[in-house]
Amino acid sequence: MGSVCEENTVALWDSGQSPREAFEGIVKQHMKDAYFIALGLVGNREDALELSQEAFYRAYKHFDQLNSKGKFFPWFYQILRNLCFSHLRKRRVRRNYQLEVGDAGPQADDTTTNQQSEIDNPQSDELGDCFDPEMVAERNESKDRIWRAIAQLDEKHREVIVLRHFRDMSYDEMAAVLFCNRGTVTSRLFYARQKLKEILDHEKGGQEQ
Amino acid sequence: MTCQDHKDLMMAYLDDELNDEQKRAFEAHLASCSDCAKDMEEFRKLKQMTDCVALAEPEDRVWEEYWNHTYNRIERGAGWILFSVAAISLLIYGGFELIETIIQDRTVGVLAKVGLLALVGGLAILFVSVLRERLYFWGRDRYKDVRR
Repeated sequence: MGSVCEENTVALWDSGQSPREAFEGIVKQHMKDAYFIALGLVGNREDALELSQEAFYRAYKHFDQLNSKGKFFPWFYQILRNLCFSHLRKRRVRRNYQLEVGDAGPQADDTTTNQQSEIDNPQSDELGDCFDPEMVAERNESKDRIWRAIAQLDEKHREVIVLRHFRDMSYDEMAAVLFCNRGTVTSRLFYARQKLKEILDHEKGGQEQ
Repeated sequence: MTCQDHKDLMMAYLDDELNDEQKRAFEAHLASCSDCAKDMEEFRKLKQMTDCVALAEPEDRVWEEYWNHTYNRIERGAGWILFSVAAISLLIYGGFELIETIIQDRTVGVLAKVGLLALVGGLAILFVSVLRERLYFWGRDRYKDVRR
Protein backbone atom coordinates (compact mmCIF):
# COMPACT_ATOMS: atom_id res chain seq x y z
CA MET A 1 0.00 0.00 0.00
CA GLY A 2 3.05 2.13 0.77
CA SER A 3 2.98 4.93 -1.71
CA VAL A 4 -0.61 5.32 -2.85
CA CYS A 5 -1.10 8.55 -0.96
CA GLU A 6 2.29 10.06 -1.76
CA GLU A 7 2.69 9.56 -5.48
CA ASN A 8 1.35 12.05 -7.95
CA THR A 9 -0.61 9.73 -10.20
CA VAL A 10 -1.81 12.68 -12.25
CA ALA A 11 1.72 12.86 -13.69
CA LEU A 12 0.94 9.58 -15.47
CA TRP A 13 -1.85 11.41 -17.29
CA ASP A 14 0.61 13.96 -18.64
CA SER A 15 3.29 11.46 -19.58
CA GLY A 16 2.58 11.61 -23.31
CA GLN A 17 0.50 8.43 -23.34
CA SER A 18 -3.03 8.38 -24.73
CA PRO A 19 -5.72 8.93 -22.05
CA ARG A 20 -6.74 5.28 -22.43
CA GLU A 21 -3.21 3.97 -21.85
CA ALA A 22 -2.60 6.37 -18.98
CA PHE A 23 -5.83 5.40 -17.26
CA GLU A 24 -5.14 1.71 -17.84
CA GLY A 25 -1.88 2.20 -15.92
CA ILE A 26 -3.71 3.92 -13.08
CA VAL A 27 -6.39 1.21 -12.90
CA LYS A 28 -3.85 -1.62 -12.91
CA GLN A 29 -1.87 0.11 -10.19
CA HIS A 30 -4.83 0.58 -7.85
CA MET A 31 -7.29 -2.20 -8.76
CA LYS A 32 -6.31 -4.50 -5.89
CA ASP A 33 -6.59 -1.75 -3.29
CA ALA A 34 -9.94 -0.68 -4.74
CA TYR A 35 -11.32 -4.22 -4.84
CA PHE A 36 -10.19 -5.23 -1.35
CA ILE A 37 -11.38 -2.00 0.26
CA ALA A 38 -14.78 -2.41 -1.39
CA LEU A 39 -14.83 -6.06 -0.30
CA GLY A 40 -14.10 -5.06 3.30
CA LEU A 41 -16.82 -2.41 3.21
CA VAL A 42 -19.65 -4.30 1.48
CA GLY A 43 -18.66 -7.90 2.25
CA ASN A 44 -19.61 -9.45 -1.07
CA ARG A 45 -17.22 -10.33 -3.91
CA GLU A 46 -19.51 -9.58 -6.85
CA ASP A 47 -20.60 -6.25 -5.38
CA ALA A 48 -17.00 -5.35 -4.54
CA LEU A 49 -15.90 -5.99 -8.12
CA GLU A 50 -18.84 -4.09 -9.55
CA LEU A 51 -18.44 -1.11 -7.21
CA SER A 52 -14.68 -0.81 -7.62
CA GLN A 53 -15.01 -0.82 -11.42
CA GLU A 54 -17.85 1.69 -11.26
CA ALA A 55 -15.63 3.92 -9.09
CA PHE A 56 -12.87 3.81 -11.73
CA TYR A 57 -15.42 4.65 -14.43
CA ARG A 58 -16.62 7.67 -12.45
CA ALA A 59 -13.04 8.72 -11.75
CA TYR A 60 -12.33 8.60 -15.50
CA LYS A 61 -15.44 10.62 -16.25
CA HIS A 62 -14.56 13.32 -13.74
CA PHE A 63 -10.78 13.24 -14.01
CA ASP A 64 -10.73 16.94 -14.93
CA GLN A 65 -12.02 17.72 -11.42
CA LEU A 66 -8.83 16.36 -9.86
CA ASN A 67 -6.46 19.19 -9.12
CA SER A 68 -3.23 18.91 -11.14
CA LYS A 69 -1.26 18.72 -7.89
CA GLY A 70 -3.78 16.35 -6.36
CA LYS A 71 -3.05 12.78 -5.42
CA PHE A 72 -5.19 10.29 -7.27
CA PHE A 73 -5.84 7.70 -4.58
CA PRO A 74 -7.33 9.88 -1.78
CA TRP A 75 -9.61 11.51 -4.37
CA PHE A 76 -10.55 8.14 -5.87
CA TYR A 77 -11.13 6.69 -2.40
CA GLN A 78 -13.84 9.27 -1.73
CA ILE A 79 -15.69 8.12 -4.85
CA LEU A 80 -15.29 4.46 -3.88
CA ARG A 81 -16.40 4.81 -0.26
CA ASN A 82 -19.42 6.93 -1.20
CA LEU A 83 -20.46 4.32 -3.74
CA CYS A 84 -20.01 1.50 -1.21
CA PHE A 85 -21.91 3.27 1.58
CA SER A 86 -24.68 4.31 -0.78
CA HIS A 87 -24.90 0.69 -1.99
CA LEU A 88 -25.16 -0.55 1.62
CA ARG A 89 -27.90 1.96 2.42
CA LYS A 90 -29.89 0.94 -0.67
CA ARG A 91 -29.50 -2.72 0.26
CA ARG A 92 -30.70 -1.99 3.82
CA VAL A 93 -33.77 -0.12 2.51
CA ARG A 94 -34.50 -3.01 0.13
CA ARG A 95 -34.20 -5.55 2.96
CA ASN A 96 -36.47 -3.52 5.21
CA TYR A 97 -39.01 -3.22 2.42
CA GLN A 98 -38.88 -6.98 1.81
CA LEU A 99 -39.39 -7.59 5.53
CA GLU A 100 -42.40 -5.28 5.54
CA VAL A 101 -43.88 -7.00 2.50
CA GLY A 102 -43.11 -10.34 4.16
CA ASP A 103 -45.05 -9.25 7.25
CA ALA A 104 -48.17 -8.82 5.17
CA GLY A 105 -47.54 -11.89 3.04
CA PRO A 106 -48.83 -15.44 3.37
CA GLN A 107 -45.68 -16.83 5.06
CA ALA A 108 -46.47 -15.28 8.41
CA ASP A 109 -44.95 -18.16 10.38
CA ASP A 110 -41.56 -17.83 8.69
CA THR A 111 -41.60 -14.09 9.16
CA THR A 112 -42.32 -14.45 12.84
CA THR A 113 -39.29 -16.72 13.16
CA ASN A 114 -37.14 -14.22 11.25
CA GLN A 115 -38.34 -11.40 13.45
CA GLN A 116 -37.46 -13.37 16.57
CA SER A 117 -33.95 -14.04 15.31
CA GLU A 118 -33.61 -10.35 14.48
CA ILE A 119 -34.56 -9.42 18.00
CA ASP A 120 -31.87 -11.78 19.30
CA ASN A 121 -29.35 -10.24 16.93
CA PRO A 122 -30.51 -7.02 15.30
CA GLN A 123 -27.85 -7.16 12.59
CA SER A 124 -28.25 -10.82 11.75
CA ASP A 125 -30.58 -10.29 8.86
CA GLU A 126 -28.32 -7.81 7.16
CA LEU A 127 -25.31 -9.97 7.85
CA GLY A 128 -26.93 -13.00 6.32
CA ASP A 129 -27.57 -11.00 3.21
CA CYS A 130 -24.34 -9.07 2.85
CA PHE A 131 -21.36 -10.37 4.74
CA ASP A 132 -20.58 -13.87 3.75
CA PRO A 133 -17.38 -15.07 5.45
CA GLU A 134 -17.26 -18.09 3.18
CA MET A 135 -16.94 -15.91 0.12
CA VAL A 136 -14.90 -13.09 1.58
CA ALA A 137 -12.24 -14.29 3.99
CA GLU A 138 -10.05 -17.31 4.54
CA ARG A 139 -11.96 -19.23 7.15
CA ASN A 140 -11.98 -20.91 10.50
CA GLU A 141 -14.39 -20.50 13.41
CA SER A 142 -12.50 -17.71 15.14
CA LYS A 143 -11.93 -15.78 11.89
CA ASP A 144 -15.63 -16.05 11.09
CA ARG A 145 -16.48 -14.56 14.48
CA ILE A 146 -14.15 -11.61 13.90
CA TRP A 147 -15.48 -11.09 10.40
CA ARG A 148 -19.10 -11.12 11.60
CA ALA A 149 -18.19 -8.64 14.35
CA ILE A 150 -16.49 -6.30 11.85
CA ALA A 151 -19.63 -6.47 9.74
CA GLN A 152 -21.67 -5.19 12.68
CA LEU A 153 -19.60 -2.02 13.06
CA ASP A 154 -21.04 1.19 11.71
CA GLU A 155 -19.64 2.55 8.47
CA LYS A 156 -16.95 4.93 9.69
CA HIS A 157 -15.61 2.43 12.24
CA ARG A 158 -15.65 -0.47 9.78
CA GLU A 159 -13.82 1.74 7.33
CA VAL A 160 -10.82 2.38 9.63
CA ILE A 161 -10.58 -1.32 10.51
CA VAL A 162 -10.60 -2.26 6.82
CA LEU A 163 -7.95 0.32 5.91
CA ARG A 164 -5.70 -0.57 8.81
CA HIS A 165 -6.02 -4.35 8.95
CA PHE A 166 -6.80 -5.36 5.40
CA ARG A 167 -4.78 -2.76 3.48
CA ASP A 168 -2.11 -2.16 6.10
CA MET A 169 -2.32 1.63 5.81
CA SER A 170 -0.33 3.85 8.16
CA TYR A 171 -2.12 6.51 10.22
CA ASP A 172 -0.82 9.21 7.87
CA GLU A 173 -2.16 7.39 4.82
CA MET A 174 -5.51 6.85 6.52
CA ALA A 175 -5.66 10.52 7.46
CA ALA A 176 -4.95 11.41 3.80
CA VAL A 177 -7.67 9.20 2.33
CA LEU A 178 -10.22 10.10 5.00
CA PHE A 179 -9.42 13.82 4.73
CA CYS A 180 -9.00 14.15 8.50
CA ASN A 181 -6.11 14.46 10.94
CA ARG A 182 -4.15 11.71 12.71
CA GLY A 183 -5.99 12.42 15.97
CA THR A 184 -9.32 11.60 14.35
CA VAL A 185 -7.89 8.39 12.89
CA THR A 186 -6.58 7.34 16.33
CA SER A 187 -9.85 8.13 17.99
CA ARG A 188 -11.93 6.26 15.37
CA LEU A 189 -9.66 3.24 15.64
CA PHE A 190 -10.01 3.30 19.43
CA TYR A 191 -13.80 3.35 19.30
CA ALA A 192 -13.89 0.80 16.46
CA ARG A 193 -11.75 -1.67 18.39
CA GLN A 194 -13.61 -1.03 21.62
CA LYS A 195 -16.91 -1.73 19.85
CA LEU A 196 -15.41 -4.83 18.25
CA LYS A 197 -14.32 -6.05 21.68
CA GLU A 198 -17.83 -5.47 23.06
CA ILE A 199 -19.46 -7.37 20.19
CA LEU A 200 -17.08 -10.33 20.61
CA ASP A 201 -17.53 -10.36 24.41
CA HIS A 202 -21.31 -10.21 23.98
CA GLU A 203 -21.22 -13.08 21.49
CA LYS A 204 -18.95 -15.12 23.78
CA GLY A 205 -21.29 -14.44 26.71
CA GLY A 206 -24.26 -15.55 24.60
CA GLN A 207 -22.55 -18.81 23.66
CA GLU A 208 -21.64 -19.61 27.27
CA GLN A 209 -25.23 -19.19 28.49
CA MET B 1 -1.43 13.33 31.26
CA THR B 2 -4.66 11.57 32.22
CA CYS B 3 -5.59 7.95 31.50
CA GLN B 4 -7.93 9.26 28.78
CA ASP B 5 -4.97 10.96 27.04
CA HIS B 6 -3.06 7.70 27.25
CA LYS B 7 -6.02 5.82 25.79
CA ASP B 8 -5.61 7.96 22.67
CA LEU B 9 -1.94 6.93 22.54
CA MET B 10 -2.84 3.28 23.11
CA MET B 11 -3.90 2.68 19.51
CA ALA B 12 -0.81 4.37 18.11
CA TYR B 13 1.37 2.28 20.45
CA LEU B 14 -0.42 -0.89 19.40
CA ASP B 15 0.07 -0.07 15.73
CA ASP B 16 3.69 1.02 16.17
CA GLU B 17 2.91 4.60 15.21
CA LEU B 18 4.64 6.35 18.15
CA ASN B 19 8.13 7.80 18.09
CA ASP B 20 10.72 6.49 20.59
CA GLU B 21 10.11 9.23 23.12
CA GLN B 22 6.32 8.79 23.07
CA LYS B 23 6.78 5.03 23.29
CA ARG B 24 8.97 5.29 26.39
CA ALA B 25 6.53 7.70 28.07
CA PHE B 26 3.61 5.40 27.27
CA GLU B 27 5.41 2.30 28.56
CA ALA B 28 6.23 4.16 31.79
CA HIS B 29 2.52 4.94 32.20
CA LEU B 30 1.57 1.31 31.53
CA ALA B 31 3.97 0.16 34.23
CA SER B 32 2.28 2.43 36.76
CA CYS B 33 -1.41 2.09 35.76
CA SER B 34 -2.98 -1.34 36.05
CA ASP B 35 -6.24 -0.24 34.36
CA CYS B 36 -4.48 0.95 31.22
CA ALA B 37 -2.21 -2.13 31.27
CA LYS B 38 -5.29 -4.38 31.40
CA ASP B 39 -6.97 -2.48 28.54
CA MET B 40 -3.75 -2.63 26.56
CA GLU B 41 -3.54 -6.40 26.97
CA GLU B 42 -7.13 -6.84 25.79
CA PHE B 43 -6.57 -4.60 22.76
CA ARG B 44 -3.36 -6.47 21.96
CA LYS B 45 -5.24 -9.79 21.92
CA LEU B 46 -7.98 -8.28 19.75
CA LYS B 47 -5.40 -6.94 17.30
CA GLN B 48 -3.73 -10.36 17.07
CA MET B 49 -7.10 -11.94 16.31
CA THR B 50 -8.02 -9.27 13.74
CA ASP B 51 -4.61 -9.53 12.06
CA CYS B 52 -5.31 -13.22 11.43
CA VAL B 53 -8.30 -12.40 9.25
CA ALA B 54 -7.20 -12.04 5.64
CA LEU B 55 -9.49 -11.31 2.72
CA ALA B 56 -9.59 -14.11 0.20
CA GLU B 57 -7.70 -13.51 -3.06
CA PRO B 58 -9.95 -13.90 -6.11
CA GLU B 59 -8.90 -16.08 -9.04
CA ASP B 60 -6.15 -14.69 -11.31
CA ARG B 61 -8.59 -14.19 -14.16
CA VAL B 62 -10.37 -11.49 -12.09
CA TRP B 63 -7.21 -9.36 -12.27
CA GLU B 64 -6.52 -10.31 -15.88
CA GLU B 65 -9.99 -9.19 -16.95
CA TYR B 66 -10.29 -6.25 -14.56
CA TRP B 67 -9.11 -3.56 -16.96
CA ASN B 68 -11.20 -4.92 -19.86
CA HIS B 69 -14.35 -4.81 -17.75
CA THR B 70 -13.54 -1.28 -16.57
CA TYR B 71 -12.81 -0.17 -20.14
CA ASN B 72 -16.08 -1.68 -21.38
CA ARG B 73 -17.88 0.34 -18.75
CA ILE B 74 -16.13 3.55 -19.89
CA GLU B 75 -16.89 2.78 -23.54
CA ARG B 76 -20.55 1.99 -22.83
CA GLY B 77 -20.86 5.16 -20.74
CA ALA B 78 -19.66 7.22 -23.72
CA GLY B 79 -22.03 5.26 -25.99
CA TRP B 80 -25.02 6.00 -23.77
CA ILE B 81 -24.21 9.72 -23.61
CA LEU B 82 -23.94 9.89 -27.42
CA PHE B 83 -27.14 7.86 -27.85
CA SER B 84 -29.09 10.02 -25.37
CA VAL B 85 -27.96 13.31 -26.95
CA ALA B 86 -28.80 12.04 -30.45
CA ALA B 87 -32.18 10.64 -29.35
CA ILE B 88 -33.18 13.92 -27.63
CA SER B 89 -32.04 16.00 -30.64
CA LEU B 90 -33.96 13.76 -33.06
CA LEU B 91 -37.07 13.86 -30.88
CA ILE B 92 -36.99 17.67 -30.73
CA TYR B 93 -36.35 17.94 -34.48
CA GLY B 94 -39.10 15.41 -35.32
CA GLY B 95 -41.51 17.16 -32.94
CA PHE B 96 -40.98 20.54 -34.58
CA GLU B 97 -41.34 19.04 -38.05
CA LEU B 98 -44.60 17.37 -37.00
CA ILE B 99 -45.96 20.57 -35.48
CA GLU B 100 -45.03 22.52 -38.60
CA THR B 101 -46.80 19.99 -40.83
CA ILE B 102 -49.93 20.06 -38.69
CA ILE B 103 -50.02 23.87 -38.56
CA GLN B 104 -49.66 24.11 -42.36
CA ASP B 105 -52.27 21.42 -43.00
CA ARG B 106 -55.49 23.17 -44.06
CA THR B 107 -57.60 20.09 -43.28
CA VAL B 108 -56.80 20.33 -39.53
CA GLY B 109 -59.23 22.50 -37.60
CA VAL B 110 -58.20 25.81 -35.96
CA LEU B 111 -59.13 24.54 -32.50
CA ALA B 112 -56.76 21.57 -32.84
CA LYS B 113 -53.97 23.89 -34.01
CA VAL B 114 -54.51 26.29 -31.09
CA GLY B 115 -54.57 23.30 -28.68
CA LEU B 116 -51.31 21.99 -30.11
CA LEU B 117 -49.60 25.39 -29.81
CA ALA B 118 -50.86 25.73 -26.24
CA LEU B 119 -49.43 22.27 -25.45
CA VAL B 120 -46.03 23.23 -26.85
CA GLY B 121 -46.14 26.61 -25.07
CA GLY B 122 -47.02 24.91 -21.74
CA LEU B 123 -44.16 22.44 -22.15
CA ALA B 124 -41.74 25.27 -22.93
CA ILE B 125 -42.84 27.21 -19.81
CA LEU B 126 -42.45 24.09 -17.64
CA PHE B 127 -38.99 23.40 -19.07
CA VAL B 128 -37.76 26.97 -18.51
CA SER B 129 -39.21 27.02 -14.98
CA VAL B 130 -37.50 23.75 -13.94
CA LEU B 131 -34.23 24.80 -15.60
CA ARG B 132 -34.27 28.19 -13.80
CA GLU B 133 -34.98 26.50 -10.45
CA ARG B 134 -32.14 24.00 -10.98
CA LEU B 135 -29.70 26.77 -11.89
CA TYR B 136 -30.78 28.83 -8.87
CA PHE B 137 -30.21 25.95 -6.40
CA TRP B 138 -27.02 24.80 -8.13
CA GLY B 139 -25.51 28.23 -7.53
CA ARG B 140 -26.32 28.03 -3.81
CA ASP B 141 -25.71 24.32 -3.15
CA ARG B 142 -23.02 24.06 -0.46
CA TYR B 143 -22.56 20.38 -1.19
CA LYS B 144 -22.24 20.53 -4.97
CA ASP B 145 -18.55 19.56 -4.80
CA VAL B 146 -19.28 16.54 -2.63
CA ARG B 147 -19.04 13.40 -4.74
CA ARG B 148 -22.17 11.29 -4.46
